[in-house]
Amino acid sequence: MSGPAQVKFYQTGTFTIGNRLLDVSVRSVQADENRSNSLTSGHRACQGCGEALGARYALDTAMRATGNRIVVANATGCLEVFSTPYPESSWQMPWLHSLFGNAPAVATGMAAAMKVKGRTDVRVIAQGGDGGTVDIGFGCLSGMFERNDDVLYICYDNEAYMNTGVQRSSATPPAARTATTPAVGGEPGNVMHQGKNVPLIAMAHGIPYVATATVADLRDLEYKVDRAMGIHGARYLHVHVPCPLGWGSAPHDTVKVARLAVECGLFPVFEAVDGEVVGRRTIRRRVATDEYLKLQSRFRHLFSPKRDEERLAAIQAIADRNIARFGLLGEGVPA
Amino acid sequence: MNKPFAITLDVGSSLANKTGSWRTERPVYVDRLPPCNHACPAGENIQQWLYHAEEGNYEAAWREIMRNNPLPAVMGRACYHPCEGACNRAQLDRPVGIHAIERFLGDEAIRCGWKMPVEAPSSGKNVLVVGAGPSGLSCGYHLTLMGHQATIYEAGPMAGGMMRFGIPKYRLPRDILDAEIRRIEEMGVAIRLDTKVADLAETMRTHPFDAVFLAVGAHLAKRAYLPAGDASRILDAIGLLHNLETGEKPLLGRRVLVYGGGNTAMDAARTAKRLGAEETIVVYRRTRERMPAHDFEVQEAMEEGIMFKWLSTIKAESGGTFTVEKMRLDDKGKPQPTGAFETMEADSLILALGQDVDLSFLTRVEGLEIEDGVVKVGPDMMTGCRGVFAGGDMVPAERTITVAVGHGKKAARNIDAYLRGATYAPPPKHELAAFDKLNPWYYADASPTVQPILDRARRESTFEEVVSGLDESNALFEARRCLSCGNCFECDNCYGVCPDNAVIKLGRGNRFEFNYDYCKGCGLCVQECPCGAIRMEPEQI
Ligand SMILES: Cc1ncc(C[n+]2csc(CCOP(=O)(O)OP(=O)(O)O)c2C)c(N)n1
Ligand code: SF4
Ligand SMILES: [Mg+2]
Repeated sequence: MSGPAQVKFYQTGTFTIGNRLLDVSVRSVQADENRSNSLTSGHRACQGCGEALGARYALDTAMRATGNRIVVANATGCLEVFSTPYPESSWQMPWLHSLFGNAPAVATGMAAAMKVKGRTDVRVIAQGGDGGTVDIGFGCLSGMFERNDDVLYICYDNEAYMNTGVQRSSATPPAARTATTPAVGGEPGNVMHQGKNVPLIAMAHGIPYVATATVADLRDLEYKVDRAMGIHGARYLHVHVPCPLGWGSAPHDTVKVARLAVECGLFPVFEAVDGEVVGRRTIRRRVATDEYLKLQSRFRHLFSPKRDEERLAAIQAIADRNIARFGLLGEGVPA
Repeated sequence: MNKPFAITLDVGSSLANKTGSWRTERPVYVDRLPPCNHACPAGENIQQWLYHAEEGNYEAAWREIMRNNPLPAVMGRACYHPCEGACNRAQLDRPVGIHAIERFLGDEAIRCGWKMPVEAPSSGKNVLVVGAGPSGLSCGYHLTLMGHQATIYEAGPMAGGMMRFGIPKYRLPRDILDAEIRRIEEMGVAIRLDTKVADLAETMRTHPFDAVFLAVGAHLAKRAYLPAGDASRILDAIGLLHNLETGEKPLLGRRVLVYGGGNTAMDAARTAKRLGAEETIVVYRRTRERMPAHDFEVQEAMEEGIMFKWLSTIKAESGGTFTVEKMRLDDKGKPQPTGAFETMEADSLILALGQDVDLSFLTRVEGLEIEDGVVKVGPDMMTGCRGVFAGGDMVPAERTITVAVGHGKKAARNIDAYLRGATYAPPPKHELAAFDKLNPWYYADASPTVQPILDRARRESTFEEVVSGLDESNALFEARRCLSCGNCFECDNCYGVCPDNAVIKLGRGNRFEFNYDYCKGCGLCVQECPCGAIRMEPEQI
């Protein structure tokens, strides 16, 4: 498959962020003492916030890919609120807060303005949470794709409206407890819905580049942002970012939870060019979906007072389908 | 100041917001004790020398070994590597081949002629070391590094002790042993061969030394009571190996029995095979599982065609016929006689039933106590006689050359303190870096490197070294399989996974530092540190 270079047998290969044994040319952006820290310290994200981590990973890479020439439009949501309580900001690049639902449209305007001014060296990024992207901003986003505007849109998917107190979004997984899908009644938590898979919808627009990534695989994330910045036109990156507060996971488990989402098959990591899947990250050490769910209290009602066998099996079936559909089993991984 | 409409404040950086105040626990960098180091009887800092080897800095790696062990090329071959038994990598795939890398480094040092400089100023103190085995050589080496003059009296014609007379050539080639001993001599350790100390009290009276280290080993073969018609057919393993070394070639005959189940029994059996015995049979009173010999030695012996007769004791000999009694194991695993006898024909019998210490030279040393055939020492290796220390096989401990080297070092440190009128206090040990402290996800899959093995035909007929060394690229690969348990290896994970940029990277070789102004205490760095070099501690309020 395509993807970041795998360096073998260097103690940790490329699994770690850096490694003193690696040649400088193959080290990650995050390993650099002089990385830009696009989202700097002092932000008010919760302890262990996956969204804050994912945003710095992505934007630092974009900064390096463009020689620090990016401008960013940011939808309303945690990422905006925790980073920029007036008059302070954690962003270390030109950054504009749009509304909750219009970040793609604002970015389209910024790209048009740059073009008019002849600043083709400056690249435009739009970003938002899953609510701002897959729900309220979805119309603008589809338009941006359809017009093939020169914008990279990054969605940080924490699977609910976190900033306003964990309300369900159309990215909230089946059976998850949120403020609006409480763990009460015959089928506690979110309905066993099919959800809305925006990466696949983005691919259906035939845009040049679509990819998914997680905070558990930095190398892969950096590779995808880098690749996206090398392409013009509409691009979409969907990053899975655990939220300790909304998911009821331990702050120190953020990366582990993200890793297990991939290893169990619930979050497929792939990339697509011109509407076709061209690469996927295969599973390295497969785990059952239970292992992933158990770390999060939003799924506790599936395990106590007694195991909800039927719905646990349904969730495992979703993972199995992803694995088959995207071909997520690599060599040597037991099925 | 001119501000746009509705704007009353300038844009400020969030750096003004010290989120460190949210913290109830703080991460701290620690060095935990790697299990390999913990298991090493010579006290090597294995993780640290592997760290240098991983970078291809073999000389630095070798110098790190030399801080604790002056015989890496010997140890890389002859040590039973308890480090590998403790290695955390075993829980992922197989242990790191520590001994093979140590051997590579030791050989590299001999090839390149690396030397150990003596930098300490001379103390003017003279220390007598009795015995030029691993313990005596180690003690002399360490004393020299600390500025003392060490003089070794060796009863035999060659230095090396059990390394020469107990370990056959096919496991330890003599040019390697000689090179490492020569390097110690060149540092200034005086070795007097053929100088037996018959009465220590007398030697101490006539030669005023400031301190003494005893390391004469255990050379007296234990005998079994065995009514024998022809005693010339019966010889002992240590004597056999010793004679071979001094050039005598014993006549063993076509069919040889070896009595015993330890490593010396394996050495004797494999040596007999190489001396031309067509059939060599090890007779042992218990079962294979209960043999004290190391498994790989039994394995290699079997590959060489050595046969085994378990649950058997030899009762008597008459005209080349040996009477053997069948044994059975009781519930406690002890062999019990069954009263069932059989006979075996053989041309000779080699006894490998263990060794005792020759303590006759110590009878007149005041205060020195002997218990169960060995010399009593305190935790500082000092005997009951002030200024007289002892180590190696002649004190109560496991009898291996690595333990002996460790004793030599420990004794040297205590002798040094004694000579300065002080007491030696070893540094406190760090908490163990057990496997549950690691995050194994991050380690790449890498199966161990296999050392080439001499083919069977040549093993049965020659004394060529059985196991070959690693070449440079293999050694590097193998070193890089190390997980660096409990000690930062600068993978940048903590620096990367902190959502608050609260980790400061200090640059290569200088590790990292926490910026507690912004660290919220989430603990992600602790969880994602591959090697367990960060610990969470409650915040002091
Ligand atoms: C039009 C509009 N409706 C509602 C809100 C209130 N609001 C602010 S942020 C937010 C939820 C954001 O959720 P998401 O986009 O998933 O981002 P997250 O906070 O989870 O990162 C809502 C409902 C708003 N700002 N504007
Ligand atoms: S609520 Fe979730 S997304 Fe928001 S700051 Fe906290 S951890 Fe991050
Ligand atoms: Mg959200």
